[in-house]
Amino acid sequence: MKALVWHGKEDIRCDTVSDPEIEHARDAIIKVTSCAICGSDLHLFHNYIPAMMPGDIMGHETMGEVVEVGSGVDGKLKKGDRIVVPFTIICGECEQCRRGNFSVCETTNRNKHLAEKVFGHTTAGLFGYTHLTGGYPGGQAEYLRVPYADATHIKVPDGMSDEQALFLSDIFPTGWQGAAQCDIEPDDTVAVWGCGPVGQMAIRSAILLGAKQVVAIDRIPERLAMAEAGGAITINFDKESVVERLNELTDNKGPEKCIDCVGFESHISMAQPDSVLDRAKQMFMLENDRPHALREIIYVCRPGGIVSIPGVYSGFSDMVPMGALMNKGLTIRTGQTHVNRWTDELKRRIEEGQIDPSFVITHTVPLAQGPEMYRTFRDKQDSCVKVVLKP
Amino acid sequence: MFHFSNLVRSKGDPKIISTGPSSLTSADRLARGLGWFSIALGTLELLAPHRVTHALGMHGREGLVRAYGVRELLAGVMTLSVEKKAGLWGRVAGDGLDMVTLLGEVRPSNPRAGTVLAALVMVGGVTMLDYIAAKDVAAQHDPRRGRKRLYSDRSGFPKGLTAARSAALPRPTNSPATT
Repeated sequence: MKALVWHGKEDIRCDTVSDPEIEHARDAIIKVTSCAICGSDLHLFHNYIPAMMPGDIMGHETMGEVVEVGSGVDGKLKKGDRIVVPFTIICGECEQCRRGNFSVCETTNRNKHLAEKVFGHTTAGLFGYTHLTGGYPGGQAEYLRVPYADATHIKVPDGMSDEQALFLSDIFPTGWQGAAQCDIEPDDTVAVWGCGPVGQMAIRSAILLGAKQVVAIDRIPERLAMAEAGGAITINFDKESVVERLNELTDNKGPEKCIDCVGFESHISMAQPDSVLDRAKQMFMLENDRPHALREIIYVCRPGGIVSIPGVYSGFSDMVPMGALMNKGLTIRTGQTHVNRWTDELKRRIEEGQIDPSFVITHTVPLAQGPEMYRTFRDKQDSCVKVVLKP
Repeated sequence: MFHFSNLVRSKGDPKIISTGPSSLTSADRLARGLGWFSIALGTLELLAPHRVTHALGMHGREGLVRAYGVRELLAGVMTLSVEKKAGLWGRVAGDGLDMVTLLGEVRPSNPRAGTVLAALVMVGGVTMLDYIAAKDVAAQHDPRRGRKRLYSDRSGFPKGLTAARSAALPRPTNSPATT
């Protein structure tokens, strides 16, 4: 089969690989009908996340049709079912899964010993996302083996298109969790840093959860325009001061709720000297992350407010203003997305027509064009916001 | 390389049969080659400056050669990073500095003047490669490439923004008075 394979930094190739095989009774194999390139795939593309190995298949936003099931799937899936595959692999049985903390499932990471060394405790296995999280082959391919498939799936309701359902795998619940863990109240101003695909979903989630006003911060005109279409007031940080404008919009009190959809690859700008210093340190392996957005969030957030971090951080971040964080009494909520915790509610909202996540798709191309689309997406060329690949 | 990494894969994991086109452009590959060249030259200049000064008749200028070695290493690391454009322009500037220094050594009293001239030709050639790579990398990764579109009509709310905002309001309960 064809698959997008990581060969090294900035080197993704559309290779011919062997077909996946059922290994365990709880496995299933799907024929992929749609998959997408995620912003966090770019962290792997840039080789910032450790423990990628040449030959790893990329992709964790995938859906398709079940073509083979293991004997232990227990009738929960059958050939022909259309499913979305959550990016977190879950057993559904461990203590964390029972609590709904699916992204820290205790069972599914097949390289637990590595994760325990790096994180202290294991997290869930993830598709196409380094050997720290199991080294499972990803879904930017014609076929995908889904481990623990009896629990790791979302059945697609009849009548829902691939484009509407695909983002239940990651970016929609990720943006939703980013907003939901802010405990939004009707008087709240919610500020969202980063208007990439997750930021766009967080903006719409904050609207659906009843925020008084949503403010979106970015520098790319088409992303700001899309954010504005979704109901946000926009701030272009190339043109105006984020702190001044946010204070102006909130009677100098700052937003109650702040969502970091940027993560550890903040934009580098001479106007933000800390971002330049971060980049230099990152280049010489003195720091993993570039947390400019997080610093700004902690600085501008209203005392007693909530900082939600769905954006990905990889390791060690320097100069995070712990003094401001502590003295202002901010609450930080973060984590990889507990996808299945939100599935029923989000499916219902799509079915009721409250939201159609396909709005974010700007490019749909065959899988073979994947390597060049990684470049296009990374370089933000051709007004690219979200790429869907069709195997 | 992927043959070794197959050792950590399980039996049912897909393995590469043949490789296809890469996301790396020709300019990216040239930049990568120049980055490694920079690292190699910088390491030589830093660790064995006497070899360089001896070859070029620049005795007593080992400190300068070491400083140039550090510069080469910094430019090399940057050229091999995602910020390769900055690294390549840094290399072009460094090439200029190298040429000025070498020109100062083309004098009748230098018994190695011929070697210096050969080095100048070599630096000239590398400068051309650096310049071509810097220009091509800048062009290929320019965010202004492609169509420019705004997405002002993409609310994502099929029933409109007002309906989306009202979705958050508590749903009215059916009381006997209203049914």
